Amino acid sequence: MKRYLNTVVNEWFNKRVLGAILCVVVAFSILFMRLFYLQIMKGEEFLRLSENNSIRLESIVAPRGLIFDAEGGLLVDNRPSFDLRIIPRNAKPLEQTLKKLAHYTNIPEEDMMEKVRASNGRSSYKPVLLKQDIGRDAMASIEVNKFDLPGVVMDIRPVRHYINGQYAAHLIGYLGEINARELQGGAFAGCKGGDFIGRFGAEKTYEDLLRGKRGGRQVEVDVRGQVVKVLRTVSATPGQNLYLSLDCSLQKKAEELLQDRVGAVVAMDPMTGYILVMASSPTFDQNAFVSGMSRKEWNALISNPGYPMTNRVIQAEYPPASTYKIVTAIAGLEEGVIDLKTTHYCPGYYAMGNRVFRCWKRGGHGEMNVVSAIVESCDVFFYKVGEEVGVDKLASYARMFGLGERTGISLDNEGKGLIPTSEWKKKRIGESWQKGETLNVSIGQGFNLTTPLQMLVLTSAIANSGTLYQPQIVRRVEAADGIEVKNIEPVVTGTLTINPKTMDIVKRGLWEAVNTRKGTARGIKLKKYPISGKTGTAQLVSRKSRAGETVKEKDLSDYHKSHAWFVAYAPSEAPRIAVAVIVEHGEHGSTAAAPIAKELIKAYLEKQDRKNLAFTAQGRQTMPDGVVMAGE
Amino acid sequence: MGFDRRLVQYFDWGLLLLIIVLGIFGLVALYSAVTAGADIAQKILFTKQLIWYGAGLVAMTVFFLFSYKSLEKWADIIYGGCVFLLAGVLIFGKITGGSQRWLLLGPISVQPSEIAKVAVIIVLARYYSKYASERGFSFRGLVTPIILTAIPFILIVKQPDLGTAMVILLIAGTMTLFVKIERRTLIYSLSFGVLSGPLVWYFLKGYQKQRILTFLNPDRDPLGAGYHIIQSKIGIGSGYISGRGFLQGTQNALSFLPEQHTDFIFSVLAEEWGFIGASVLLLLFLFLIVWGLNIATNCRDNFGTILAVGITTLIMWQVLINIGMVMGLMPVVGVTLPFISYGGSSIVTMMICAGILLNISMRRFQFEK
Repeated sequence: MKRYLNTVVNEWFNKRVLGAILCVVVAFSILFMRLFYLQIMKGEEFLRLSENNSIRLESIVAPRGLIFDAEGGLLVDNRPSFDLRIIPRNAKPLEQTLKKLAHYTNIPEEDMMEKVRASNGRSSYKPVLLKQDIGRDAMASIEVNKFDLPGVVMDIRPVRHYINGQYAAHLIGYLGEINARELQGGAFAGCKGGDFIGRFGAEKTYEDLLRGKRGGRQVEVDVRGQVVKVLRTVSATPGQNLYLSLDCSLQKKAEELLQDRVGAVVAMDPMTGYILVMASSPTFDQNAFVSGMSRKEWNALISNPGYPMTNRVIQAEYPPASTYKIVTAIAGLEEGVIDLKTTHYCPGYYAMGNRVFRCWKRGGHGEMNVVSAIVESCDVFFYKVGEEVGVDKLASYARMFGLGERTGISLDNEGKGLIPTSEWKKKRIGESWQKGETLNVSIGQGFNLTTPLQMLVLTSAIANSGTLYQPQIVRRVEAADGIEVKNIEPVVTGTLTINPKTMDIVKRGLWEAVNTRKGTARGIKLKKYPISGKTGTAQLVSRKSRAGETVKEKDLSDYHKSHAWFVAYAPSEAPRIAVAVIVEHGEHGSTAAAPIAKELIKAYLEKQDRKNLAFTAQGRQTMPDGVVMAGE
Repeated sequence: MGFDRRLVQYFDWGLLLLIIVLGIFGLVALYSAVTAGADIAQKILFTKQLIWYGAGLVAMTVFFLFSYKSLEKWADIIYGGCVFLLAGVLIFGKITGGSQRWLLLGPISVQPSEIAKVAVIIVLARYYSKYASERGFSFRGLVTPIILTAIPFILIVKQPDLGTAMVILLIAGTMTLFVKIERRTLIYSLSFGVLSGPLVWYFLKGYQKQRILTFLNPDRDPLGAGYHIIQSKIGIGSGYISGRGFLQGTQNALSFLPEQHTDFIFSVLAEEWGFIGASVLLLLFLFLIVWGLNIATNCRDNFGTILAVGITTLIMWQVLINIGMVMGLMPVVGVTLPFISYGGSSIVTMMICAGILLNISMRRFQFEK
């Protein structure tokens, strides 16, 4: 028979309850042990983890140094870039949020979805970059509708702003994102992934000065990464400001004059070496690099047949052509091969052995001395001088002017040019030097190659009667607070060891080339400011065809047309500006290159004189900085 | 029958004090959970919880005023009503977070699965008190309790609310073990349970499998499913001995803790009050459970005894599961911490449980044989 409990007892129950209590105590002991383990044994570790969770180090970007022109006009500054990001996890529903974003910003919805997919996906707490630099208008409409756009975050990042668009693009340069190798290399200490560093031009050369020192901020953040409290701040040190020697208005003029042509213009103060103008055409827009360029845009830029990314002033090497006759003339005079009285007759050609070397003037120049040969740019006269001096002696004079070597300007990828010697040819080509080649070299053709900047340094050395100055693009470096100022002094890199008489003869030739009726550059004569200069026409194909017929310049296709050179300085007696111009396929120096030089010289000198006048009117005795009035 | 003065004389003031102390603990922890670092909107939860405590006190009073014996009489109606509500949830219920747990009754929404736990306890207590014997229950004797448990269990699994369903199963199992099962039946059912494990796995939903896998290895998915466990452990661990101080817990304030005012409130408490605070809470719960079992012992009536055991078991399992879960000893399942977690249904149900225990305790002099 069943014995029901209600007839029996609680003793039986009490035993079972006792058992239950035992079980409970065991279970709670496990909880206590776990609690002890987590809080006492692992407590410190978890405390650290908890702090890592909530304390984050944010960096403060240092504003990059500004770039000014010689007159203190702002060329490059920083502007805010509004970068659109989304935290997929907080942006629920994601599709709808993206749709609304597309509506406000005109960024295609699919593009943004693709970005989200490509990152950690839709449940990520990490912000996904949707688009950089969305612009002020899009930013404003997003900020206004922020309540409607969950998970959308806007980052503000300073980016470079090139105020004058593409002016002086080659000189100023641009920035690019730092790559993994540079980050590891140690040369860019303090840089982080995503930073932009100078990639070209002054931005690259002066990277260390322009880039400031990053600051930091220790912040407490919540689970969404939003800052709750700032614990400590180390402020950033802004980069230093660069004051270029560039004359902005002159630069603009030069680029306008070069527009639609391929070539380069460079000008400097012949008494200091400060670069006033550096223009290379075609050019590019630096602002296109600011938000990162697409592969397509970049490819279009580097495959452009005009090579817009090349700074022709320092990177392009051209035969100096007739501008080189300055060197040949000095060599001849110094070596005693000719003097002022020496004359040669030019019948329009010069026969050497069985070869005939032509003068550019078919009918010939007739009787020529050194001055008239410079003025009228007679080839035959210089053939003879060159032949007598010899290629190696000639090369030593060219080297005295710094040709065949980099000028040492603080810009990357400068070309060396080429001044051939017999030894060079033996080594390089393995053949011995031909006498005929000397003739070509003596009129700046043949193997000769120079950059426009090298020719400018040469011209300046003539203008200042014998000093080679280092071309410099920066006048002054200032700390952001403007207190610490460092002036960049002119640097002399060499002196011409030639007779002052020789110098005078050459100067006279250069003056007459512009200012006399027969001069090759007579078309650019200015009444107010006497200019001295030398034209040049660099032939790309031999003027003599195989059949012995002379090929006329106008019959050549554009691609084979000669490059036009012009080097000049002014005013002739007390030079304040030296200019070198090259126009590729411009045919004649006198018509294509010289007018550009004239316009620049005129504009610069007029502006300077206006300023000086204003200064004197104010009753000031001292001359303004950088204006050399010697000889007046 | 007039008013029996002994009802006052035997009133269990100790239990009431324990409940009140736990309630204060809960309110302090909740205040941290909803205030620190939160938006203003969250503060309303604290006010709401106060109202729930008020409602809970009323419910508790109601449940100790009448004799628990009437529960035995009304067991069928209570049980039937709960099953009806659970079915209603599946048809009319409000869907939140992918499951259907709430029933809208005018301005408030209730969670019938909470009450269902108590209903199952009452109906099982009545059955077991009638048929219990020293030899224990055979399989045949267990058919009715199994059916009685299975109906609400299945309805709750359907919602799906695995945590509550599991708690019901555990309570029923514990009560059954308490009234003893025949050795043979016990061995058979245990082996059946072990063998059916893989089958259960097959029927689990994806997210439920995730939780179990994540429990086994939280680092499997530190930013996904394992995130909650890791953050909760960091929160508890960083409390160290004396805690980081009231409202000073960064894990809580910076929202690294998930659902910090409901399921993970123990982490908030442990972070802010440290090992000392957490231990005190654990001890309070241990006292409460032992107290409940003591009430069962002192009760002279079998229904009362088994009912008290059942109610105590409910509290015990919720405490063990919730705290085990936030400390990474168990998979994350939605089980609240009695008297502490935010939530009207949870608080009111727990206060009803307290009321029933008080009821049994104060009537221990009655129904003696």
